[in-house]
Amino acid sequence: MKRFASCGLSALAVFAAMTSPALAQDVTITNARLVLGDGGAPIEGGTVIVRGGSVVYAGAAAGAPATGSSVDAGGAWVTPGIFATITSLGLMDVSAVSDSNDTRARGAPFSAALDAATAINPSSQHILVHRAAGITRAATTTVPAGSIFAGQGAIIDLDGDSRAVMQARAFQMVNLGEGGARLAGGSRAAAHTLLRASLREAQALVGASGTPQTTEIVKDDEVLLSRFDAEALVPVVTGRQKLYVAVERAADIRAVLALTSEFPKLDLVLVGVTEGWLVASEIAAAGVPVIANGLIDLPDTFEQLGATQSNAGRLARAGVKVAINAATMKDPRRLQQVAGNLVALTRVPGATGMEWGKAFAAISSVPAEISGMGGKAGVLKPGALGDVVLWDGDPLEVGSVPTRVFIGGVEQSLESHQSGLRNRYRDLDESELPKAYDW
Amino acid sequence: MIPEFRLRARTGVLATLASALALTACATTGSAGETGSARSDDKTFAARIESEGVFASTYKAYPGIATALKGATVFDGRGGRIENGVVFFSGGKIVAVGGPDTPIPADIAVFDGTGKFVTPGIIDIHSHLGDYPSPGVDAHSDGNEATSPTTPEVWAEHSIWPQDPGFTRALANGGITALQILPGSANLMGGRSVTLKNVPGRTMQQMKFPGAPHGFKMACGENPKRVYGSRGRMPSTRMGNLAVNRDTWFDAIDYANDQASGKGVKRDLGKETLVGVLKGEILVHNHCYRADEMALVMDMAKEMGYKVTAFHHAVEAYKIGDLLRANDVCSAIWADWYGFKMESYDGIMENAAYLHQAGACVVIHSDDQDDIQRLNQEARKAQKAGLRLGIDISDATVIQWITFNAAKAMGIEAMTGSLEPGKMADVVLWNGDPLSVYSRPEKVWIDGALMFDALDPKRRPVSDFELGQPGEGDVK
Repeated sequence: MKRFASCGLSALAVFAAMTSPALAQDVTITNARLVLGDGGAPIEGGTVIVRGGSVVYAGAAAGAPATGSSVDAGGAWVTPGIFATITSLGLMDVSAVSDSNDTRARGAPFSAALDAATAINPSSQHILVHRAAGITRAATTTVPAGSIFAGQGAIIDLDGDSRAVMQARAFQMVNLGEGGARLAGGSRAAAHTLLRASLREAQALVGASGTPQTTEIVKDDEVLLSRFDAEALVPVVTGRQKLYVAVERAADIRAVLALTSEFPKLDLVLVGVTEGWLVASEIAAAGVPVIANGLIDLPDTFEQLGATQSNAGRLARAGVKVAINAATMKDPRRLQQVAGNLVALTRVPGATGMEWGKAFAAISSVPAEISGMGGKAGVLKPGALGDVVLWDGDPLEVGSVPTRVFIGGVEQSLESHQSGLRNRYRDLDESELPKAYDW
Repeated sequence: MIPEFRLRARTGVLATLASALALTACATTGSAGETGSARSDDKTFAARIESEGVFASTYKAYPGIATALKGATVFDGRGGRIENGVVFFSGGKIVAVGGPDTPIPADIAVFDGTGKFVTPGIIDIHSHLGDYPSPGVDAHSDGNEATSPTTPEVWAEHSIWPQDPGFTRALANGGITALQILPGSANLMGGRSVTLKNVPGRTMQQMKFPGAPHGFKMACGENPKRVYGSRGRMPSTRMGNLAVNRDTWFDAIDYANDQASGKGVKRDLGKETLVGVLKGEILVHNHCYRADEMALVMDMAKEMGYKVTAFHHAVEAYKIGDLLRANDVCSAIWADWYGFKMESYDGIMENAAYLHQAGACVVIHSDDQDDIQRLNQEARKAQKAGLRLGIDISDATVIQWITFNAAKAMGIEAMTGSLEPGKMADVVLWNGDPLSVYSRPEKVWIDGALMFDALDPKRRPVSDFELGQPGEGDVK
């Protein structure tokens, strides 16, 4: 029964990390193939310096201030942490085990008022597994279940300490595609009416005249909007909270962009947007960022007839700010793989992909900016959070994984339930004791 | 939108079918006369028996020209790797595979493969294309006959919609040249699978792989007990799963014995499938996640006298690599799916590498219309997970996981799955290392016919469904 020498220590480290916030280390990493996350090309022989949990320098070695001890990356790739949006990290253990899954409150009389931050479990195995995959921050949210509104998503870190939530109620999400139509009673028209009615209720709560104040919309025993939901939409209608709108079809995208003529303060973000390439110039003109499905290329629904892997690249080429949507993947660990595939498209005649630096930015600095974390997450530059990842290979190449992960300057354990199984079953030798004693 | 959406959608599909229970299709007997009675005459009637050809393949290779690929790195699908290799095919068959000095005739098409790679056509052993096609509307939900826990009488090929755009994506982005379409996993015994050539057809028969044996889909674990237990009927537990299976096999054995002893047994579609399994003519593909359940299924197979060819999904196969090797059972697995249902909780990336280390057979599968476009990338993930622990599996072996090993478990390895003289010229020319995320198929030949060419916008299939739609003929 061979054992990894580090197993016991690692398990302790996991335990320690779960109990209390750790102190940030000062760390200097030199001799890195350094990716800043800003869309640029890697810098050979780069240096990153983190002090007090924040980046104080990232760039060529020549410009780096002198520091004490340092980590020689030996030419390895070093990047900012990946920023995953949109996810359910921390909101479930096993998606099909409903008792362990907090993503959908189908039976609740609330929708927009739901606050994901109240349900985040920092010790979730999914957080541990995804941290080991280089994701250091994420936007996480409940999903529309009882009404068209998902509720209010949170920005979290993945360091597993007691304070996962960086920003509660960072955004509201609403579905105005087929899913929203179904939830609103069976028509996109109903979904749009419900959205407008809900926003007008919210306006009424802050004193707008000429609007009704029923503050409850019900159908049979289904509450489509409660007073608390209307209150939760006040920051949306006043532009203090972003409104993420999930849509796929070109016509639905146009209908969303038109909302600002009625509700001029809406701070819109489009999510999904399979047919975005058909209306790319309109999205660009509206200045609305997109969290786009990366590789969806099948007409899975009638709102995705124009699906192509070139969607994200074509949107970006049209001047749209594009992040990659983690929600259409098997799990957010695949963000790097999807970004790598976008690079692959640059070599396919007729396709539109992204250059390496832009593709990496689409899973780091761009989703961070869309999430209100611009300059803080997904990027290495002075003042940014000290989220630094060292990789065993090209981080967009499939199969590459982190060798070390720092979040806010704190080195993270890369252990999880999965690594425990990996270590136990490295061999199948039970000649002395059952496998249950191998831990 | 959220990962579980799709899984929920599958569940939803089942729920929809549940409400249609009143329509139970239990007509397994038919009026087909007696087994073995060969032909109709004036007085008796007899349906054809399988050996006479039913729903027979009408697939014919499309025209191709004698072609040589020169200068590429060649993975032969059997674990071999040739640098600066030559692959020569003609008349739809592989003629020669070798090093740079391999002789080729003059006056044939020669492609310079310098810097490129050649593999056999990629094969997916687990797909639902056509029986859960795009668009995934309820009207297209034809993969689970979820009206009885045992439906060995249904054939997946009778659900296939050849116009599923998913076939075209699998070809162009995944280099898929053959695939097995299975019934879903709602039932303990889901029905027969079919193997297809990934060539567009107006009919299923035009896609049906000539000479491929049928498979038989079985499922253990959560799905059958959930689907039927929730309706208050057996099975509602794992022990119920086994009991229903075993009783069904007992009946099939009696049927086979009656048939063999010359008793005039009435034809029974389901029993014919099960007897085909007992005779070894139909290969068992058993959806099973947990190690302990796989061990039970292998014992059940011994009890009944049949063989499990492959466990599909098999996320815990790594816990029993020794048993799987001893029983000569392949594991058809994902690289990184985990945690979406209770029985997938122990999924780890090292699954394939640990199986390989134990000497057990590995196949990487998709079960997914998206992942089927990237089996090469999934295989790479599994390879790298092993390498990190010092289990060094060659690139050529990893390609075998998605070519020859899949073909072997589908019973078509004598015809395809590797680049060997005499085999079908199912060939992919990649624009780079096929185990890199940055590479894509440049050309795909099936039986020597060029069916996809990334450099020729017209040399890509567009399904009927996509004509006149936004993005018709787009790169996808």
